[in-house]
Amino acid sequence: MQTVSAVMGVLFGSLVDLNGPGHYVHWGFIQMSVANVVLIGLMVVTFVAAILIPFRRHGGGSR
Amino acid sequence: MTAATDTSTKTDMSAKKARRFKPDRDVEEWHGGYLPYDLVKEFIIAFLVVAVLVVGLAVIFSSPDETPVTVKSWSTSDPVDFAQTAITELDGTSGTATYGPPYNATTGASQSIGPFSPESWLGVHHPINTANDYVIDPLKTLPNQPGVAAAVAEYNGASSEQQAAWTAAYEKAVANATAKNGVLQVPKGDYGPVGTMIGALTSMARSGALDGALLSSRQFYGTDYTKPLLFIADGAYLANLAQNQHLSGDQWGMMNETGNYPGQAWLWLYTLWYQVPPMNSSSSGDLQVWAIMMVLTLLLALVPFIPGLRSIPRWSRVYRLIWRQHYRDLAGASPT
Amino acid sequence: MTIDTDAPTKVAADLPQDAGQLSAKLRHAAVEALPPERLMPDRQPTYVASWIYVFGVLTVSALAVVILTGVVLAIFGPAWWHVSPTGHFVNSLHLWSVEVFFFAMVIHLWGKFFMAAWRGRRRATWVTGVVAFVVSVGTAFTGYLSQQNFDSQWISTQAKDGINSTGAGAIFNVTNFGQMLMWHIVLLPLAVGLIVGGHVLLVRRRGVVPPFAPPGDAPPDVKAVPVADLTPKGDDR
Repeated sequence: MQTVSAVMGVLFGSLVDLNGPGHYVHWGFIQMSVANVVLIGLMVVTFVAAILIPFRRHGGGSR
Repeated sequence: MTAATDTSTKTDMSAKKARRFKPDRDVEEWHGGYLPYDLVKEFIIAFLVVAVLVVGLAVIFSSPDETPVTVKSWSTSDPVDFAQTAITELDGTSGTATYGPPYNATTGASQSIGPFSPESWLGVHHPINTANDYVIDPLKTLPNQPGVAAAVAEYNGASSEQQAAWTAAYEKAVANATAKNGVLQVPKGDYGPVGTMIGALTSMARSGALDGALLSSRQFYGTDYTKPLLFIADGAYLANLAQNQHLSGDQWGMMNETGNYPGQAWLWLYTLWYQVPPMNSSSSGDLQVWAIMMVLTLLLALVPFIPGLRSIPRWSRVYRLIWRQHYRDLAGASPT
Repeated sequence: MTIDTDAPTKVAADLPQDAGQLSAKLRHAAVEALPPERLMPDRQPTYVASWIYVFGVLTVSALAVVILTGVVLAIFGPAWWHVSPTGHFVNSLHLWSVEVFFFAMVIHLWGKFFMAAWRGRRRATWVTGVVAFVVSVGTAFTGYLSQQNFDSQWISTQAKDGINSTGAGAIFNVTNFGQMLMWHIVLLPLAVGLIVGGHVLLVRRRGVVPPFAPPGDAPPDVKAVPVADLTPKGDDR
């Protein structure tokens, strides 16, 4: 059990350590962490992509 | 395209009354075609996609786990801040002591909007007497400390004016206190037994005994951390740690997480109001922000019922992108 | 008279003397609102052809992962993830599945807003969706409070001010770990489950909202058409 935990610990530590000092953006009166900005940006991109990327039905798209 | 008449036999007031078609409220029944769509297969695929994504994120980024502050770690790292906080608990000027409901009945402390003050209506439900709970009662638990017991007895036996004089003098003195090898050094002054009391409390805190005393004061199995948390939060130590991690209210901290992790980004609108006047400086700012958020949440829930607001989707024409295949099919099928 | 217990019996609803029963009435109402082919359809209207439509099921899938990882955390207790690397990993899974859950849910909300998905007697679907969002925010909040680390300490001592100002702090004590943990693992997941379940059933009942009429079409001039029979038709036109 201890070996398993140790292996898991090495494997699942973290490949990118986000525990360091944070980075933040200051836009006028808005202050936000870079992490949150990235997240929100990804959401907007994903929303736009979801609307724009064609959805092909199995059966072949347009009739 | 005419609307089909309703032949429902159910009691349906909206169907029985003649009603104008409103494109932002109503929609024509779909008489068009259908294509095969396997919902269960879609769910299985979605679940697997999400599972793989989540495992990937967890493997790459893990999750934060900053060690909690204890009364012991606080008093060891910053004994001056601890002592400064302890004296305000004793003399009733700390944040918790002057908080009002639900901890105590300090007049004028409740937040209100006009006559609306639910905080005072609900009243005191988690009573905390900071002098007794944080200083006197814990000191009374110390065994074999006749000096401390005598100091506490002297303090309790004194008049409230004498107590106030002692605590005020100590508060002035401790502002210039230093810590030598972790031991509190307070400039001499006329503060009676208070010096002994706060000194003993600081030692008790640094030993870890105060953490235990505050948690299990009523019962063995404690799961309610209100007392130690409020005590720690009264000091500057916790707030400074939070400020360093950009978690303070005026840093939009509500949305943030420690380190570089994403936080509760969905709290953006809630924290936004704390940055704007008058909420950012009002003593009833919390209640004002909650009132605003409750109204906005209600508006969001009631969008379908609000003319104008519910027309934004049609006016914005984003739907033309979403359903462009459908409109192309219609244009192709209808004779022109 | 012998009763043949091997042969299937007639459906009770066919017998007039059972029609007054509460059980029969409830069953009738349920089957009428959601006949099997509407509860689990194998086809969708042709206008359901955009990637935006997958964000509802992505949200539900993320919720499933949140619950599953939460179950594992519950098996070993709230302190496990602080002392075990495996526990920490499961905690990471739980945290990121919550981020994915909100990510998908908000995109789903944006999509449904721009489709005006409340049209045609689908207002309850919209309302339950907003309620699900709000209750989910509360559930996540109590989760942050249950971490038993510095983050929980800061969040609880800050949030108490907002909650106390409304008077709710008299009952909902954010610095009471035991209480917040029980809200997080019992009361609020139950609420989220019921609301999301109702929300999904409403979607099945009314069907996916049809598109706006093409721009330029004259609006129908008679009374509004309630969404009546949505039993999918087998033929493709």
